[in-house]
Amino acid sequence: MTRYLIALLLGIVAGAAAFLALLYFNPFTSKNNLSPLSVGSNAVMNLTFSPVASDSLVYTNNGETRIKPHPEKVLQLWETGVRRTTAAATVLYDGRGRMAGVGVKFSSDSEATRLMNGEAMVESVWHIYLPGRGTLFVEQNENYWSYLREIVIPAYWSSVDSWKGNWHGTITAGPGALGMGRVVGGSGEFADFESSVTESITARAYSVAQGPVAADSNLTIELPLRVGQEVVAED
Amino acid sequence: MIKTFIFGLVLGIAGAAVAVAYVPVVDQHREASIIAVTPNGGNSETFHINIPMDRIMVGSPARRQPLPAGLQWPADDSLANLRSEIFKVRNQRDAVIGVASRMASKDDAAGEVLEWVLHLPARGSMYISMQSNAGEGGYRVGQIRTGSGEFESYQGSLTERWVADTSGSEDAPAGRIELVSQFVGAGEEL
Repeated sequence: MTRYLIALLLGIVAGAAAFLALLYFNPFTSKNNLSPLSVGSNAVMNLTFSPVASDSLVYTNNGETRIKPHPEKVLQLWETGVRRTTAAATVLYDGRGRMAGVGVKFSSDSEATRLMNGEAMVESVWHIYLPGRGTLFVEQNENYWSYLREIVIPAYWSSVDSWKGNWHGTITAGPGALGMGRVVGGSGEFADFESSVTESITARAYSVAQGPVAADSNLTIELPLRVGQEVVAED
Repeated sequence: MIKTFIFGLVLGIAGAAVAVAYVPVVDQHREASIIAVTPNGGNSETFHINIPMDRIMVGSPARRQPLPAGLQWPADDSLANLRSEIFKVRNQRDAVIGVASRMASKDDAAGEVLEWVLHLPARGSMYISMQSNAGEGGYRVGQIRTGSGEFESYQGSLTERWVADTSGSEDAPAGRIELVSQFVGAGEEL
């Protein structure tokens, strides 16, 4: 009787492991490398920033995750209503590496997360100020499944608790058409402006203890053509 | 025994599949919304921010003591007129239900700008452009330009005012920023 019970338990464990392995290696949930905006004819504006918490002006979360708030004494989001939310303020740079402005990003884990479909979803918004140009609001659904699968989990498996390499992926997964986010202008040259946006990450190093260590992120915002306007060079 | 193992294998695959498919990975906490119906058929919701305890960041070159301590705000001339703040947002029961960004700036291109972004997890976000000057009673009024989640299909306005604390209690905040949203469904008149 004991032997049968052990065989059953081993079978259950092996079955669960096999299913999780299938989920992890599922080729149908591969990463999305190409932003739809990169193949469009409209001009785009690129804003780059570092997703590394210690590179940001301010980064805060519930204080219990591996990615520590920055600076150390920043108020933490420990209340139940915001425990799964992060807030960050960061400097944004243009395509030539010059300071372009400041952005505030709020991100919350999404209840639309479906690991079965390869969807580790986060709902995020940006509030962006570009001096001399105006303000923008960006709304996105982000899918971190490829990032988790190809960077975070391998870092945990690694004997040195870290990952190094060169990974690039688009994390924006809606809510607009073709999996793009939505951007709405508020003032200045962006007043009455509505367009599409994608956010991508280029990761080079990840540490289990600190989270992303070396990485760059990029917001690509489509600038709609106005009547009579020609395509201009990328900013 | 092999048959038992195979039965366990199938049971394990099925159990893991059911768990992954039906056990929610994310279950955001929801505070019950406190919404009042207004005479025009819209609805109204009041939020507030206790100052100074709900202030997460004040980014401004004019500020001598950075908040939070250790903040390295960029010393770029182009940001000289920007004041960027991040707050926790509370409902009428004083429970924290979200976070907010407030940006105030003045430059040649955009003129005077005062904007809010309110982000309420599990509910959605609002983007509001405010009048730069406060009106009678210290109220500043703004238009909700767009929203996401449950606020996506709403149009409306937001008022902001400073309410100083008069309780005299030692633990009381200095005051609060009161934000009152007025919504109607898209296509309806306020």
